Parts: sequence; C-alpha cells; structure tokens
Amino acid sequence: MKEVTYLEAIKEAMDEEMSRDPSVFVLGEDVGVYGGAFRATEGFYEKYGEWRVLDTPLSESGFTGAAIGAALVGMRPIVEMQFADFISCAFDQLVNVAAKNHYRWGAATPIVVRAPYGGNIHGGAYHSQCIEGFFFNVPGLKIVAPSTAYDAKGLLKAAIRDNDPVIYCEHKYLYRRIKDSIPEEDYIVPIGKARIALEGKDISIITYGAMVHTALEAAQALNEYGVSCEIVDLRTILPLDKKSIFTTVKKTNKVLVLHEQTKTGGVGAEVSALISEYCFDHLDGPIIRVAAPDTPVPYSAQMEEAFIPQPKNVISAVEKLMRY
Amino acid sequence: MDIKREDLLQLYYYLKLTRRLEDRVTSLYHQGKILGGAWTSNGTEAVSVGYGYALEKNDIAAPYFRDMGAFLVRGISAKRIMAQYLGKKTGVTGGKEGNVHIGDLNFGVFAFPSHLADNYPVGTGAALAFKMRGEKRVVAACTGDGGTSRGDFHEGMNFAAVRKLPIVFICNNNQYAYTTPLRLQMAIKDVAERALAYGIPSKIVDGNNIVEVYTAAKEAYEIARNGGGPTFIECKTMRMHGHSEHDSAKYVPKELLEEWKKKDPISNMEKYLLENTIDGKDELEGIDSRVKKEIEEAEAFAEESPYPTPEDGLKGVYATPGEEM
Repeated sequence: MKEVTYLEAIKEAMDEEMSRDPSVFVLGEDVGVYGGAFRATEGFYEKYGEWRVLDTPLSESGFTGAAIGAALVGMRPIVEMQFADFISCAFDQLVNVAAKNHYRWGAATPIVVRAPYGGNIHGGAYHSQCIEGFFFNVPGLKIVAPSTAYDAKGLLKAAIRDNDPVIYCEHKYLYRRIKDSIPEEDYIVPIGKARIALEGKDISIITYGAMVHTALEAAQALNEYGVSCEIVDLRTILPLDKKSIFTTVKKTNKVLVLHEQTKTGGVGAEVSALISEYCFDHLDGPIIRVAAPDTPVPYSAQMEEAFIPQPKNVISAVEKLMRY
Repeated sequence: MDIKREDLLQLYYYLKLTRRLEDRVTSLYHQGKILGGAWTSNGTEAVSVGYGYALEKNDIAAPYFRDMGAFLVRGISAKRIMAQYLGKKTGVTGGKEGNVHIGDLNFGVFAFPSHLADNYPVGTGAALAFKMRGEKRVVAACTGDGGTSRGDFHEGMNFAAVRKLPIVFICNNNQYAYTTPLRLQMAIKDVAERALAYGIPSKIVDGNNIVEVYTAAKEAYEIARNGGGPTFIECKTMRMHGHSEHDSAKYVPKELLEEWKKKDPISNMEKYLLENTIDGKDELEGIDSRVKKEIEEAEAFAEESPYPTPEDGLKGVYATPGEEM
C-alpha cells in the first residue's frame, strides 16, 4: 500500500495505462510541456513524447472530435478539459457524435473526457460548475465522479479500458486535499457500481464527489445526537446503480439526496423519482434534496459558501426528515 | 495524370450507379415508401464518386449527406443501402438510422452526424492516429458549402494543419445550403479562401468533371500520405434538386439550373469516354444495363427484407453495457 492524493491517483492511472497500452494518449490545452493546468500530466511529455501528450489549439470541439476519430480507428484517447466548464464547447461532439456512434452504426468510441469540475475554489461562474447534469440525459454516455483517491485511480483506469465514451468528473477541490492508501498493484473500480461510504441504519444520504466528504462530516455530528446515517457514494452517475440505491432505501426508509450541482433537473431529481417509482412503500417520509440553489456559481466567498451545500445544511435536513 | 482505362470505366459505372440509385429513391419517396426525407446528390455525383474512388482500401472516408457515391465506391452495397432507406433490418444500420446516415468501419466509412462539418474534426482524429502510428493511410472528409460556416469546419482544419496530418478536406460547393445562397453564407467568392487562413493549400476544381475531381483528390492524397499535410479541395457544382425531395427549390433561379444542366457530370463523362477511351456507345450501354439490374435487385432485396422489431430499438446504446442497462 501507498499513500497518494486524489490528483496523484489520477496521474498514476493515466501513467500506468499509457505504459501498458500504446493506444492510450492524452490531448488537451497545455497538457504537454506545461503538464496541464492542474499538473495532472506533469512529466508525461518528457516520458511519452509530443505525439502521445498533445498540446492542442484552444478548440474543445476540435480536439474532442479528433479524439472521437482517433478512437474510431483503434486509439484510446484521454481528453483533458482544462476546466469542466469548457466542455460546453464540445457538447455537440459528445452528444451527437460520441454518444450515438454505437447505437447508430455500431462503432465503439472509447474516449475518456476528464472534466475538472466543482466549486469551493473561488473560480466564479466559468471555473466552478458541475457539468454532470448537462450530460445526464444523454443515452450512450457514461459519467463517473470519484470521491476518494482510491476510486479516482480505479475509476479512471476502468474508464480508459471501457469501450464507451466516459465523462470523468474529477473534483478540483479534492485534488490535493484528500489522501488514501491504495494498493501498489493494478486495480480497477468497476463503472456502474456504487459503494457504501458509511454504514448506518436510520437514514440514507445518497451523494457523490466532494459532497461525500460533506456528508461524512455531517454524519459524524449527527452520530453524537444518536442518528445513524448510511452514506451511499454513487461513484457512477450514468448509468445509476439502482440496486444499491434501492437496497439502502429498503434498509433505512428515509432518504436525503445531496449534490453540489444545482437542484432543478439534477441527478437528485432522477434519484428521487426512481425511489418514489420503485420503492414508495418503503419510504417513511419525503425524499429531501440538498443541492446548490438554481443560480450560476457566485465568486465572493460569502456567496459561494452559501451556494455549496455545507454539513450544517445536511444536518438540518436530516433533523427535519427524522421528525417524520 | 494518366488514368487507367478500367478506372475510367469504373468511375462511369459508379456515377451511373449513384444516379440510378438516388433516382429510384426519389420515386420510392414519392410513393410514400421512404420514411422521413430523401436527400440526393443529383447533379453533384462526380464529387463523392471522384474523391471516394481515389482513396486506397485502407484509407478512411468521412462523407457528408450528399456523398452517396462515396458509400458505394467504398464497397457498401446498393442492397444494404436500399434496405437502409426502407428502414429494414438488413440496412447498413439495421434500421437504427435512415437514408444517408450510413457508416461501416468494415469499409472504412465514418457515419456523419446531421450537424455539418462535425466530421472535419473526427476525420482529423483518424488522421492523427495514422500519423501517431506511422501508418501510410489518409482520410478524406467532405462537407457542403453551408457546413464551412460552422466552427467545427475551422477547428478541424486548424488542428490538422498545425499537426500536418494526412487528411484531405473536400467541399461540395453546390451553391445552396437548403435555401440560403452562397452570397448569404460568406462574403468571399471561393470557399477555398477559408482554407488559406489555416495555411492549408487549396485547389478549386470543376465538381462536374469527375476526371478533375479524381485527379485532384488522388494528388492530394499522395501529398498527405507522404507527410505533406492536408489539402483543401473545393468542388464547384450545383444542386439540381431541392434540399430534399419535399423542397421544390423555387428559390433557385431557373436560368441557373438551365446553365448547369448542360454541365451534367454523367453526360460530361460519357463525352470524355467516347472521345478518349472507348470506341462506341455499346460499352456504356453495357455498364448501364448492369447498373439497372443491380438497382432492381437491391430494391427487391430491400422490399423482401424484414423490419427490425421494437425490441431491437432498445439494443446497442452501449458497446459495453453494464448489468443495469
């Protein structure tokens, strides 16, 4: 075992996959000589050369389309969006080309789009967004969002080896803030499987990404008041692990869905709908969503802190739900 | 460039095959047998037959929707294409896609999205892979005049130019994007000027002269294959129908159509062959009856083929479906 940060885990996953498989390569803005805005590819240019670590023109649609074309002829490209926010420029290529290739004409498109997302870094409206909701409604895409260094590595390796287009949401706030012990040897975390981040019996908190840590903090405080929270870390957002979601609902009968993404039409809306559709008889109260308000991400610290769900918001929502 | 006699006759065969197939599709559309619309390349067939035929077997074609000739010359059969139009299970996409949304990696053909010029970056990516792997393969990506206004046209060409990739960009300049004439599409005279902004050499050819299109494409592919980077080829032609069969194209001046009618690519080629290659019309008639038979057989095959089931529509979203999917 060894201790790595979330960012080191991402870097290791790419490095190991590039060493293992010559069809894996990285492209994006400033990923080459500079090693990427967040240094995720630092040293790669020297190790793999300019044709496997490609600095691209500032043109997200262009290089995402190029990744798709390379994938169609046998490569496994990793696209780095410098900030997840810029993925909107590549929306058409991802939604209309990558996501539909296999369904329309049977052509697999094994690309990974790494999307550094999320707030709490004072990035404002264009460097803080959660983008998973934009793509959640697109059959043919897969979306993953690791919350730990262990999962960051295992899910990225699984995404690289997967034959479908995968949007890999890596939370910027976690890059250097969390560490995990991970095995020395090769491992993957399968796409489509949630995990129990904390076992509990009174209430289920279903969440993913950086909010897993927010939920853990809230759960610790609630434990002192005698409330036992079960935390489900979805890990994969598309397709959702329905089995794990239904299992925890049937166990605790009370559900809170938590995410940093804005509330309306978000992942939480779908999770809530699934539960009420398939587990209504197991519910002891309404499903409550704790999510960001429906505004762009504000810049000023006071406003940003209010925008991003905090442990205190989770605690008060749990208290409300426990009264049912 | 000297073109072999058998290649010239093949070019003629594919021109006729494309024309007859699409004419038949037009009739079937008016009989209500084609679901959705029917877009044809009528009058512009020399573009896709020419650039498609000039490719080698291992190359990639990334056509757009008026490139029926490219699908045929790459080896996708008229039978499968006809079945595709009728939404049959034996169609190229098994009924998942309609009409000209055709792609098959077994024949080195990328399917195109309706968002024009999306295939420019995608084609560029395949060319990037060829260069990375040191393979001597090239890509041809085509779009219409309208498609050259979209960002992906520019982003694809710029990336290909910067990395000097083995791709040839082709434009079927048929003067109209649906109803919008070229003068409202761009403030320049030749689409080819757009390529110069990226440092890509360009060539303007008579898109109704298949020998010119084929020769220009072949030369550009050889440059690309040998590390010389991309070329842009503007094929000037004229769309002789509406945007699709529902569109009467009233907005196109009659005189313009009359003028271009005289330059029909198939008559052009017949004249060329009679003057340079063959002794009499018999050989052309022989090719034409072969084409007729092929189209009749294709239609019969398509008519007799089964439809996909509703359940088929739920399959194939993912290449690697998980348990829950």
